[in-house]
Amino acid sequence: MVRYTLTRLLRAIGTLWLAVTLVFVGLRLSGDPAAALLGPEANPEAVEALRRAWGLDRPLPLQYATYLSNLVHGDFGRSLRDRRPATEVVHERLPATARLAAVSLALAVAIGVPAGVLAAFRHGRIADRLVMAGALLGQGLPNFVLGLLLILLFAFYLRWLPSGGQHGASSMILPALTLSTYGVASLARFTRSAVLEVIHQDYLRTAYAKGLPTRRVLVDHVGRNAALTLVTVLGLQLSVAIAGAVVTETVFAWPGMGRLLAQATEQRDFPVVQYGVFVVVLSVVAVNFVVDLLYGIIDPRIRSGV
Amino acid sequence: MVQSLARQQTHTGRSEATGTVRRPQVAARRAVPGFLLVVWVFLAAVVMSSLAQPWLGLPDPTAQRLTARLQPPIGFGGTWAHPLGTDHLGRDLLSRLLAGARVSLGLASLGVCISLAVGTTLGLLAGFRRGVLDQAVMFAVDVQLSVPFLVMALAALTLFGTGLPVLIALLGLSGWEQYARLARALSLRASQELYVVAARSLGASAARVLRRHVLPNVLAPLLVLATLQFTSLLLLESSLSFLGLGVQPPTPSWGNMLGDARNYLQLAWWAAVSPGLALLLVTLAVNTTGDWLRDVTDPALRRR
Repeated sequence: MVRYTLTRLLRAIGTLWLAVTLVFVGLRLSGDPAAALLGPEANPEAVEALRRAWGLDRPLPLQYATYLSNLVHGDFGRSLRDRRPATEVVHERLPATARLAAVSLALAVAIGVPAGVLAAFRHGRIADRLVMAGALLGQGLPNFVLGLLLILLFAFYLRWLPSGGQHGASSMILPALTLSTYGVASLARFTRSAVLEVIHQDYLRTAYAKGLPTRRVLVDHVGRNAALTLVTVLGLQLSVAIAGAVVTETVFAWPGMGRLLAQATEQRDFPVVQYGVFVVVLSVVAVNFVVDLLYGIIDPRIRSGV
Repeated sequence: MVQSLARQQTHTGRSEATGTVRRPQVAARRAVPGFLLVVWVFLAAVVMSSLAQPWLGLPDPTAQRLTARLQPPIGFGGTWAHPLGTDHLGRDLLSRLLAGARVSLGLASLGVCISLAVGTTLGLLAGFRRGVLDQAVMFAVDVQLSVPFLVMALAALTLFGTGLPVLIALLGLSGWEQYARLARALSLRASQELYVVAARSLGASAARVLRRHVLPNVLAPLLVLATLQFTSLLLLESSLSFLGLGVQPPTPSWGNMLGDARNYLQLAWWAAVSPGLALLLVTLAVNTTGDWLRDVTDPALRRR
């Protein structure tokens, strides 16, 4: 288990390193980083001063080392818009996104998993077909289209819910529904096939044959084996949810990190985008690391196989 | 007779299991379900009308007429002059929808071609050469799979600015890992085959073996994957355009039409509904086609 954990930890750090390095390469490829950081309206002397202050006349490997050391020390520069530290600008938007993502993931699990189990147990019948058709629709529906349609229906036509912003719990409903749709659809599909795979195994017949109640069979045998797939899908869902948050938050004017990133990109506010990307990659990597560990705990065969 | 034998052979697994011999006509009719024909007619109609848009006698998709702003579509008080209505600048929505189809579908196709070429090459080489190259490619695949591509794309757009070359590069880079993973697995299997061993022992170079012997044998599943990837790229392009970071105005794309429509949604729902429905229907049509192709060519590759 120690060796397994260390391998996974190394991989997580490797991913983070590669993402950060890609940004560095992009920064150098895009031209003068000092000019990029100061924006198009900066005067030449300021750019030149920053070039010297940053040591951009020094050799590339040394610049790379400085870049990494700055990141490690939490120095991500200041926003080009209001000169506040990029870390501060991003941090104040984090809670809104975290709330939205948490509610969407919870919704995805609460709807997707039971739907998948139902479809598997009613394999080939009407309930199964309905769930699969719904999943096809849910995976094919781009979330900004869904978001706009929901606003039209529930905010403008029926006038039940607010169309955007943050006005109490009711303004959470539409964005969370929009963001969770893809997750509901893919969780239903994955759960269905995971349960279908287990359902015809010999050990399940044995469990029934030795007189275990259906509940126990479901939890101990179907549940534990299907959990492997579920945990993986949930890990992947976080990544999908964050990408989806950028679009969904823009649709609903949700004051979170996704909307901040989209706006900062439009304004070419590099320090803010860079730190936002760093936070996203760090959280995705951390969750995947935890998922890998859970994987090893649920299925002992995996950790011994490494 | 020869045909029916060949057909039976491809289905031996299933025929043995059910104990029946399927006749070729039945199998052929089963191969293409009726609704798929409808789906394909729809896709063909979209592609052809979008290509023919400049000659259909519709108004210029970028021509603004501020006196004819936010006209409703036919059936909601509109006239035949603008069957789908007009947007906030008085531009004809039908004409923009078709021109936007050309842009959106064209960019997604281009992206699929690039990522298919890049991913297949890297995957084949990784599976064939093994060693350090294999490990490096698989590490990159792992990273790209775990990090949300849209977010990395935002970093690239901040650095390089918005523009067509950057957009095409991003579309081409997104999804290469899917082909690489599949091509690697397929070439690992193919490199054990006798015909590959024979070609190598006759002195054929690795490049020749890959191109002439391995590639033709692994192409079918890769093309099926490309069909399924098409909708992801369509989605990425329209998401970026929706955010104002993809296709730049005045060129219409379904994404930036929706982005515009969002700003006056309460005044003109139709400006959002037509590109939204177009995007949804094309995505569903391509996805069902891809699912069917995958089941027909290789049931073992079934996506879950």
